Amino acid sequence: MIKDLFDVKRWEAFLKVLPTEYIPGFIMTLKVALAGLLLALVLGVIFGILSTMKIKICQFLSRAYVEFFQNTPLVVQVFFYYNCLPFVIGGRVPKFWLGVIGVGIYHGAYIAEVIRTGIEAVPKGQFDAAYSQGFGYLQTMWYIILPQTMKMILPPLTNQALNLVKNTSVLAMVAGMDLMYHADSWGGDRNFFVQAYLPCALLYFAICFPLARLARYLEIRSKQIPSAKKAKGVA
Amino acid sequence: MVKVENLKKNFGDLEVLKDINLTVEEGEKLVIIGPSGSGKSTLIRCINYLEEPTSGEVYINDQLVTKKNRSEMAKNYSSMVFQQFNLYPHMTVLQNLTLAPVKLQKVPKKEAENTAMEYLERVGLADKANEYPQNLSGGQQQRVAIARSLCTKQKLILFDEPTSALDPEMVQEVLDVMIGLSKENITMVCVTHEMGFARQVADRVIFMDDGNIVEEGTPEHFFTNPENERTKAFLGKILH
Repeated sequence: MIKDLFDVKRWEAFLKVLPTEYIPGFIMTLKVALAGLLLALVLGVIFGILSTMKIKICQFLSRAYVEFFQNTPLVVQVFFYYNCLPFVIGGRVPKFWLGVIGVGIYHGAYIAEVIRTGIEAVPKGQFDAAYSQGFGYLQTMWYIILPQTMKMILPPLTNQALNLVKNTSVLAMVAGMDLMYHADSWGGDRNFFVQAYLPCALLYFAICFPLARLARYLEIRSKQIPSAKKAKGVA
Repeated sequence: MVKVENLKKNFGDLEVLKDINLTVEEGEKLVIIGPSGSGKSTLIRCINYLEEPTSGEVYINDQLVTKKNRSEMAKNYSSMVFQQFNLYPHMTVLQNLTLAPVKLQKVPKKEAENTAMEYLERVGLADKANEYPQNLSGGQQQRVAIARSLCTKQKLILFDEPTSALDPEMVQEVLDVMIGLSKENITMVCVTHEMGFARQVADRVIFMDDGNIVEEGTPEHFFTNPENERTKAFLGKILH
């Protein structure tokens, strides 16, 4: 094991495949993570808002979505899409979309909960004030509630993004052409496990560590009260 | 301006309003007093449909207020000042004042800002335009809230215990603004415990107890010879 770690030949082999295997895999992982995050945010906002509406069917739909996808393994979900979606769409699912759908729907369920708790943390008086001025429900959400929610939920949301990046690695199990898949298929074939997985982990770390720092920073910032804005030439 | 007919409101089994009938004329200053839990706040929250009446009707300008048109009615006719101020904390004072005029009433931004500054001037807070609400005292926040309710230029302003959450030394600054306001042709419906204010500005006072309007009359009537026993008991407790 230690010998493997310092085996120069193996590291040379790694450097050779870095541009051909790792970089494309890394880019694929990034793409899936970004698009997946976008999908997760859209689903999270929709279902998060639905769960705070005082309409039974909306609450039920949101509950059902959240509970089902939070309480089943992501791996099972991705295998399910991999094997069953082709029957629905009549052809193979592109790997990119498989990843986006997998992590997007899965993390959307978590983000919905983050957004629900964020909305519920805004005092009820804010709704009263908005309604009393004549704002409708969606306008109230958009102009008044969600901006306040954002500040509170940014830290947990960043954590979700971080987990989402890591979870894209399940794609490797269905030949997803992502970073983990390339690392495993190159190193696994040759028994170069150290050279395969250590750089792979470092590449994930390179994305996730800044996100973790960002979450921490946002958490500190969310506790501060803003001071006066610099006056702009107001009459 | 406002007509309330056979209004009832229940929270679960609790009857908070029991068959309220009330008319408020345009430009009238109406003060609602009564012990806590008597239904005062619920009554004015039913007027702009923040609470949905269990039965009965509320008309503003002869139009029935419904769940469907409540936003439209609020936009056109009524605004509200709350006990807890309810300013939008993520916006500056100026943004608080211009949000509804710009987004709802489609007033050009510049014009809305000028109007907002005029009202801020009036409540004595023009220098706080770019502050965030959290950095203001309670009294200042409530004066901003009153300015916000003026910026939308509705004819009816509902005040829900506007001084009850304030430190005693800040009550007067808010009352002064409201007294100034009472000289205009704005219809004011105020739930308050401030009897001095009631005496000074009210055209009419109503006393509520246990979900009913028990007595109504001029401030003079109330403070010199109230008739109802419950009114007497209540006034005896709060007037020293």
